[in-house]
Amino acid sequence: MAAIELRNVTKKFATADGGTYTAIQDLSLTVEDGQFCAVVGPTGCGKSTTLTLVSGLERPSRGEALIDGVPVRGIETSTGFVFQQDAVFPWKTVLDNVAAGPLYRGQRRSEALGLARDWLRRVGLGGFEDRYPHQLSGGMRKRVALAQSLINQPRILLMDEPFSALDVQTRAIMSTELLHLWDQTRPSVVFVTHDLEEAIALADKVVVLKAGPGTVKAEFEIDLPRPRVVQEIRFDPRFTRLYEQIWEALRTEVAEAYARTTRLAEVAS
Amino acid sequence: MIDLPTQRDAVAGPSGAPASAASTPSPYAAPSAGSGSPVESPAGAPAENLARGPVESHAAGPTPRSRARRRRAWLAAARLAVVAALLALWQLGVGAKVVDPFFWGEPQGVWATMYGWFTEGTSQGSLADQIIITLEEAVLGFLIGAVLGVVLGIALGRVQLLSELFAPFLKAANSIPRIILGSIFTVAFGFGMQSKVLLAVVLVFFGVFFNAFQGAREVDRNLIANARLLGASRWRVTRDVVLPSAFTWILASLHISFGFALIGALVGEILGANQGLGLLIRSSQNNFDMNGVLAGMVLVAVVALTAEGLITLLERRLLRWRPPQTHGGAAVE
Ligand SMILES: Nc1ncnc2c1ncn2[C@@H]1O[C@H](COP(=O)(O)OP(=O)(O)OP(=O)(O)O)[C@@H](O)[C@H]1O
Ligand SMILES: [Mg+2]
Repeated sequence: MAAIELRNVTKKFATADGGTYTAIQDLSLTVEDGQFCAVVGPTGCGKSTTLTLVSGLERPSRGEALIDGVPVRGIETSTGFVFQQDAVFPWKTVLDNVAAGPLYRGQRRSEALGLARDWLRRVGLGGFEDRYPHQLSGGMRKRVALAQSLINQPRILLMDEPFSALDVQTRAIMSTELLHLWDQTRPSVVFVTHDLEEAIALADKVVVLKAGPGTVKAEFEIDLPRPRVVQEIRFDPRFTRLYEQIWEALRTEVAEAYARTTRLAEVAS
Repeated sequence: MIDLPTQRDAVAGPSGAPASAASTPSPYAAPSAGSGSPVESPAGAPAENLARGPVESHAAGPTPRSRARRRRAWLAAARLAVVAALLALWQLGVGAKVVDPFFWGEPQGVWATMYGWFTEGTSQGSLADQIIITLEEAVLGFLIGAVLGVVLGIALGRVQLLSELFAPFLKAANSIPRIILGSIFTVAFGFGMQSKVLLAVVLVFFGVFFNAFQGAREVDRNLIANARLLGASRWRVTRDVVLPSAFTWILASLHISFGFALIGALVGEILGANQGLGLLIRSSQNNFDMNGVLAGMVLVAVVALTAEGLITLLERRLLRWRPPQTHGGAAVE
């Protein structure tokens, strides 16, 4: 049974002028247990929306989202979610931020703090326990967010462009770190990104979405050997071949989305 | 979403009603509204607030500490000189018969009255008792009003149904001029502390309530979603996410609110009481003793400024997590 399954889901949002806007339409997607799935697609095609459907933050207008075969009804606390925007709590110290999950789940404070220290070491933030988020760099805050979700040992990890705010070098390092952490507990991952290289380097499967309303255009199995080192894998000839294939599928969608927004802008002006 | 009525202040300080914190767009802007605290000292408060900014940024800059300290000392001396000059001018005006001390009092008289109160007590008993009574009323009113305001504000901000249900009542209640309530309370509860505390509660409540309500509404939805996914119950989200995030708003209103509480207590005492600073001012007024009125005013100002200082300390302690407002601030120390 698939860990995550979206069955023909459609999500419509009410717009300000009283109409509806279809963000994703008839989208079907499965992620096997322990699989690392990357989702790419042009901006505004509904990637973030897809993740909110899996996590139960939003309900599909049509179709169904299932986790381990069970329809998602409310907020799904078995999922870990790394948000596109900063979502660490600014008034909590780094340590309290990471310990939040275990505390909310009823662990004793001393245990939760011990666990949090351990996870901070794993994401390379040992020694920063008492800082507040505003005292950290953007990359460090992302690592706090990562530790904050991973500490709950989610069976399902949803990541929404977690590294998009980072510079290229930090990004490569963090991607390798992420793969390492993922390898320890092997959750099922949906990883949204704009960066095709990143997607191929990390994933077992890359899903390309069509320009909005989002729906699956194509899926690609990535059979590159693991463990991978993100900084080096892009020199593999198989990587280049996959990149060309997937880019071919993605390119038309990106062009389409771009044309659409510029058309809109022209109409508006 | 109910739209927020701006706070209407029936009882305004000597400088007019301070800008309502509820209508201030940004919580960060609101604390500065605290400088227009309802009870302003006649002497140095506004000037000090004007000067605080440059002094602080100067201290945080690259200039050596000793120079910053010397500058601060110089500023303090200059302020003192300004006050002394004004007082001297006033006294001279009285001596030259330009200023009539019957209407305007005179510094020596104010000093003598205050000295008398300190050493021999007032007509209503010892001065300390008067101050303590007024303080007690103000602090009680402040605490009750603030707690009620925070609890109800957050509850209505979080639960749609509650806000839909109660918004019209609150708007109606907020539109009642508070001074009328003062009369009602005095008649209903008599000359004791109760009526003053109640008036202070009412004055404090609305400011805090609307700020807490707005604060609860403005919480970053991502933070709430994150907490929920991490496993927090709705109550836990309220306590752990909504409350701290609304706190910037609430604290902004607390700055102004203690001033309101003090006004509530004083007005209550002026409307009818057996004890307190308000009564002291009132009886001085009845005896056409302007020096007494002014002496009472100075005492009130001291109390208000002390409270303001304490709240600022509390704010620093509670908002430690926030990035410093002036660049570089904390990094130097
Ligand atoms: N709450 C909402 N109300 C109305 N429209 C929404 C809402 N959330 C998303 N949309 C619309 O749905 C579409 C898809 O949004 P979504 O955030 O999923 O895009 P995305 O693929 O994540 O884009 P990006 O890559 O830029 O983050 C967008 O056109 C957006 O305007
Ligand atoms: Mg997105």
